[in-house]
Amino acid sequence: MQTNTFRRTPLYSWHKNAGAKLVPFAGWEMPVVYTSIMEEHKAVRKGLGLFDVSHMGQIFVEGKNSFKFIQNLITNDLSRCKLKCGIYGHLCNEKGGVIDDIFVYSLGLERYLIIVNAATIQKDFEWMKKNNLCEARLENSSASFGMMALQGPKSEACALQIFKTLPNRHEIQEVMYAGAPLFICRTGYTGEDGFEFVVHESKTVQLWEQILTSGHELGILPCGLGARDTLRLEAGYLLYGQDVDETKSTVESGPSWVVAWQKDFIGKEALLKKKDDKSLNKLFAFRLKERGIPRHSSQVYCNGNLVGRVTSGSFSPSLNIGIALAYVPQNLEGNFEIECGAKRVMAEKVRLPFYKKEQ
Amino acid sequence: MDINSLRFTRTHEWVSSEGKVGISDHAQKEITDIVFVELPSVGKELEKGSEAGTIESVKAAFPIYAPVSGTVAEVNQEVANNPAVVNESPYEKGWMYRLEIKDSTQLKDLLTHDQYQEFLKSEVVSH
Repeated sequence: MQTNTFRRTPLYSWHKNAGAKLVPFAGWEMPVVYTSIMEEHKAVRKGLGLFDVSHMGQIFVEGKNSFKFIQNLITNDLSRCKLKCGIYGHLCNEKGGVIDDIFVYSLGLERYLIIVNAATIQKDFEWMKKNNLCEARLENSSASFGMMALQGPKSEACALQIFKTLPNRHEIQEVMYAGAPLFICRTGYTGEDGFEFVVHESKTVQLWEQILTSGHELGILPCGLGARDTLRLEAGYLLYGQDVDETKSTVESGPSWVVAWQKDFIGKEALLKKKDDKSLNKLFAFRLKERGIPRHSSQVYCNGNLVGRVTSGSFSPSLNIGIALAYVPQNLEGNFEIECGAKRVMAEKVRLPFYKKEQ
Repeated sequence: MDINSLRFTRTHEWVSSEGKVGISDHAQKEITDIVFVELPSVGKELEKGSEAGTIESVKAAFPIYAPVSGTVAEVNQEVANNPAVVNESPYEKGWMYRLEIKDSTQLKDLLTHDQYQEFLKSEVVSH
């Protein structure tokens, strides 16, 4: 019998008691679904849902030259990130390969909070230490914090019952909650309005339950990673380790706005070369024209020729059709088909996002 | 439908004495959110244990196998049109197809509902 070495979040017992289906994910035992992925997905699109994302990592950067240090690490331009705001970027190696995709929040003068993916916490931290040539203080605080995402159009109404003021889109607010620090970030991974709460691990269950109570009348549902995956794919967000990793560069994976070419950063030279290389495959979005569900590694054909494989594929609960991301040659036009089980299904190349919320 | 009259496979299908075939309540709970069901065509001859179709959930695809040998006599259009009925009613509205059973002695090799429940317990332990 295999020994269970998966890590558990502060909410593990809560999930277990709620009847969630728990699965291994990035070294953690996480809830994939409570009752139904479709219901949880729709709750977030129409109302609101709450996700445990405590597996994600938090790295604090403080002290002299913190700005310079981070600016050298990320593809995006940190000078575009105003005080108390956040910015999305890629950490690239010298070859332009993507070490991780991260969110950097400016907490104050030379003080930053970086949110990193669960599977890459240690790798990112080592990379940061190795490239810390300007004496910034780095602290991996991932074990001290839980994290949850409240997502959906009714998130604000719910959060206002607990907090007097809330940050605006892409802003961060630092408050005290039950005597411990809490960071409220107005962002998410679903394509909806919402908040991510970085909360002290000892207060994680308390905040989780308080949000569920506040959101009860609004129809809140606890949501698992299953719905998180269908929501993020519809919104066109990459999943690190599946859609992009060190074997792919930011130029290939996109999004194109994530690279600020006017500044310097590690990997820029390699990316500049790749930028003009028309022979590279790039990540494109496909929407099926007929019934079928593309899956990870499904083959993609153009005019009958194999041109690539699906990295993320799913049934889209909002669009009621199969959707996929796949690396295929640039400027490829013709009749696309994606292998779904035993048959090939007609597909069309589309622009991301697959789904955009009604304004 | 009397659940005790059904016979179950270790691959989580059930078959009734009239040859109707579906998946178990346990299977539908495990699969969750069924969005497509690919059914065999009427007239197709299936060997016991051969692949009869596919169930697709939001997360993954699952093959379904013929519990006994026979010829497909009928398919449930309601399941084809609204696959969620398999989640809602796995033993009644959610039957998938009906087999003209070739050799009814094959039913004896399958599990009763009680035996299937025992099998599920042993399966959980062995994981």
